Amino acid sequence: MTEMFANLGLGFGIALTLKNIALCFVGCLVGTLVGVLPGVGPVATIAMLLPITFGLDPVGALIMLAGIYYGAQYGGSTTAILVNIPGEATAVVTTLDGHQMAKQGRAGVALGTAAIGSFVAGCFATLIIAALGAPLTRLALLFGPAEYFSLMVMGLCFAVVLARGSILKAFCMIMLGLLLSTVGTDLETGQERMTFGFPPLADGVDFAVLAMGVFGFAEVLRNLENPEARDVVRSKIGRLLPDWNDIKQSTAPVLRGTFIGGILGILPGNGAVLGPFASYTLEKKIAKDPSRFGKGAIEGVAGPESANNAGAQTAFIPLLTLGIPPNAVMALMVGAMTIHGIIPGPQVMTKNPDLFWGMIASMWIGNLMLLVINLPLVGLWVKLLQVPYRLMFPAILIFCSIGIYSVNNQPVDVIFTALFGLFGYLLIKLGFEPAPMLLGFVLGKLMEEKLRQALIISRGSFMTFIERPISAGLLVVAVAILVIALLPSMSKKRDEVFTE
Amino acid sequence: MKKAALGLAAALTLALAGGAGAQGYPTKPITMIVPFAAGGPTDIIARMVSENMSKTLGQQIVIENVAGAGGTTGITRALTAAPDGYTIAMGHLGTFSAAPATYPNLKYDPIDGLQAIGLAGGTPILIVARKNLDATDLKGFVAAVKASPDKFNEAHAGVGSVSWTTCTLLKGQLGVPKLNSVAYRGTGPALNDLVSGQIDFMCDQIVSVAEQVKAGTIKAYAIASAERSPALPDVPTTKEAGLPEYQIEAWNGIVAPKGTPKEAVDKLVAALDKALNDENTKKRLMDLGTVIPTAAERTPEGFAALIKRDAEKLSPALKAAPK
Repeated sequence: MTEMFANLGLGFGIALTLKNIALCFVGCLVGTLVGVLPGVGPVATIAMLLPITFGLDPVGALIMLAGIYYGAQYGGSTTAILVNIPGEATAVVTTLDGHQMAKQGRAGVALGTAAIGSFVAGCFATLIIAALGAPLTRLALLFGPAEYFSLMVMGLCFAVVLARGSILKAFCMIMLGLLLSTVGTDLETGQERMTFGFPPLADGVDFAVLAMGVFGFAEVLRNLENPEARDVVRSKIGRLLPDWNDIKQSTAPVLRGTFIGGILGILPGNGAVLGPFASYTLEKKIAKDPSRFGKGAIEGVAGPESANNAGAQTAFIPLLTLGIPPNAVMALMVGAMTIHGIIPGPQVMTKNPDLFWGMIASMWIGNLMLLVINLPLVGLWVKLLQVPYRLMFPAILIFCSIGIYSVNNQPVDVIFTALFGLFGYLLIKLGFEPAPMLLGFVLGKLMEEKLRQALIISRGSFMTFIERPISAGLLVVAVAILVIALLPSMSKKRDEVFTE
Repeated sequence: MKKAALGLAAALTLALAGGAGAQGYPTKPITMIVPFAAGGPTDIIARMVSENMSKTLGQQIVIENVAGAGGTTGITRALTAAPDGYTIAMGHLGTFSAAPATYPNLKYDPIDGLQAIGLAGGTPILIVARKNLDATDLKGFVAAVKASPDKFNEAHAGVGSVSWTTCTLLKGQLGVPKLNSVAYRGTGPALNDLVSGQIDFMCDQIVSVAEQVKAGTIKAYAIASAERSPALPDVPTTKEAGLPEYQIEAWNGIVAPKGTPKEAVDKLVAALDKALNDENTKKRLMDLGTVIPTAAERTPEGFAALIKRDAEKLSPALKAAPK
């Protein structure tokens, strides 16, 4: 314990130099700004800014890049709440209740809750990394393909609970999401599937393209159809920051979200994606009145936002302790470290203690900065809602298009987004929810990959999912969720959970 | 948007210049397409080399990452661009030597359909295994694999990746092309499962695995190069360890569209050569375990010959691989 504080002391000594504080601030600010821009994700930003860090020392460069990463996670929720566009997979659930709150004139409260919740989660996650980083590494290594598949199955069961309307429609959307995720080159064989011989589809559908389309573009179409309703939303601004009652309501969800998000964030292969979904499901399940969810329940913002931020931080654990990147952003961090002559591996902690502890200390400072940057910005963001929609919607479309183009530098991606926008509009008209589809899409890719890996390793035996204790445990939970949802004796309660 | 504006500016300048060719080349920034995500091994080498080349050429080389289809999307775009010296690309073993055998619908010909500039760096390939695998050396490993290939699982980063290409060659040479292979999305997740012992072995670039080998979380049987690497001096070469025919490197090199003016080619070749002689650039590349190319490999002829040689070496194994 004393060792940990000595190490943290070393870390703060490094992170609190004027230069590193400045770099941390720049990173957080840039991250927040790109996070707010729909579609410009942290991956594209870090890739673009990588060359700028050449001139810096490695610790400073990584502090800045890490700032961009969690800053972007933070900024993403702003767009999700204000204009109903999830920039990242992790912000999808925030649109459910966050945007509803905005519609009720509680945008400021939603943004404030997201900011404070993220700060609390970030503080706890930093402590977790400092105290338990090394032992928790083992968790990442316990999860082989079989365990991971079972976790995804459990995640899909969450998706059913996400549904706001008909359970059948939600189920259809999950299946559609799974189907969309199978488009592209088969990972094991290299065979093209459902691409119609059209080269741009060879790598499948990009998440940003699908999300910007069915959420962003479709939302614009819907609002244009009914401009008067939009103006009503604008006229009500309400309080800017959460009051005592809001804070009381969100404390427990924030803590639960931090725990769930923090654990899932450690898992390899982007387990952090599941965090916000799991947190939302939990909050909805244990709420006294689940019917409030989807209509602007503050717990539906506080929990998932905390889970998101906690996961974003603990995702650094496998990178810093094992030298193995768990997701695309972390792979980019590996690149950044490599450029600076630090090749990530299991010995970073002992070989480069200044880097390891400096980064951890900077995460806490970064979270504080995000709070400092974001709370004053809440007023500004909320004012943005007062901009007349005829000026707002072209701006949204232009920023979405720039963001999508920046992901792969492919013009065809923008066209695809427009097509998905039309499709999303059709879904809205028919009363289908896009959120379960996005969850199905995100989990589908991972699920198929892990299923096939597990089966190849087990030589085709499905028993592997039951024989391995962790995998079996996760499947039991999945079955339990389904049984609770489907048992006839629970049907009355189920109606309360699943229908508005 | 910056890139789009740049592209627009480039197009305008080109239109105004009226095809004046490469007079006084280069007069504007050069785009180098990297057909993989930023931060990957090819991207890192491209950024290190292009930084120094920009100084020599007096114009910035702008890296554009165009990922997709094992790098063939980006290379296709580069090779179909106007051959004016302002679009070049950095590709690797996979995109040039392996792609013709891997992608039946490939839209470019890496042997005759491009202008090679030069090799930028070679990255040795290692055969690595989980730390508790029985075999203690390469001979033991080869014997065990040959005796019961169905007991082993090999991991790779997807069909067309360097790890897949080089391991398919290994399996072909060992006569076990059907050995169980497990695909991952990228080297990171594959390495994770190798460290945790879910899978048995893989072939990968030294930069990805060296630190794990040093820490003892995985073990290395051999390095598939002519000489040992200073990064891992204790790992024997395949020649020393008894599998001399397995020689393969994951090199990265620069190409331009066919028909690029000679003046531009010459200047690019000279700039690459100068970058690879620069002590600072050299040191940074060598820190990654990269082998600095010889004078002959830095020339268009030398690089073209390398592409052809490795294509011939890989083609039989890749074509026979179960897909």
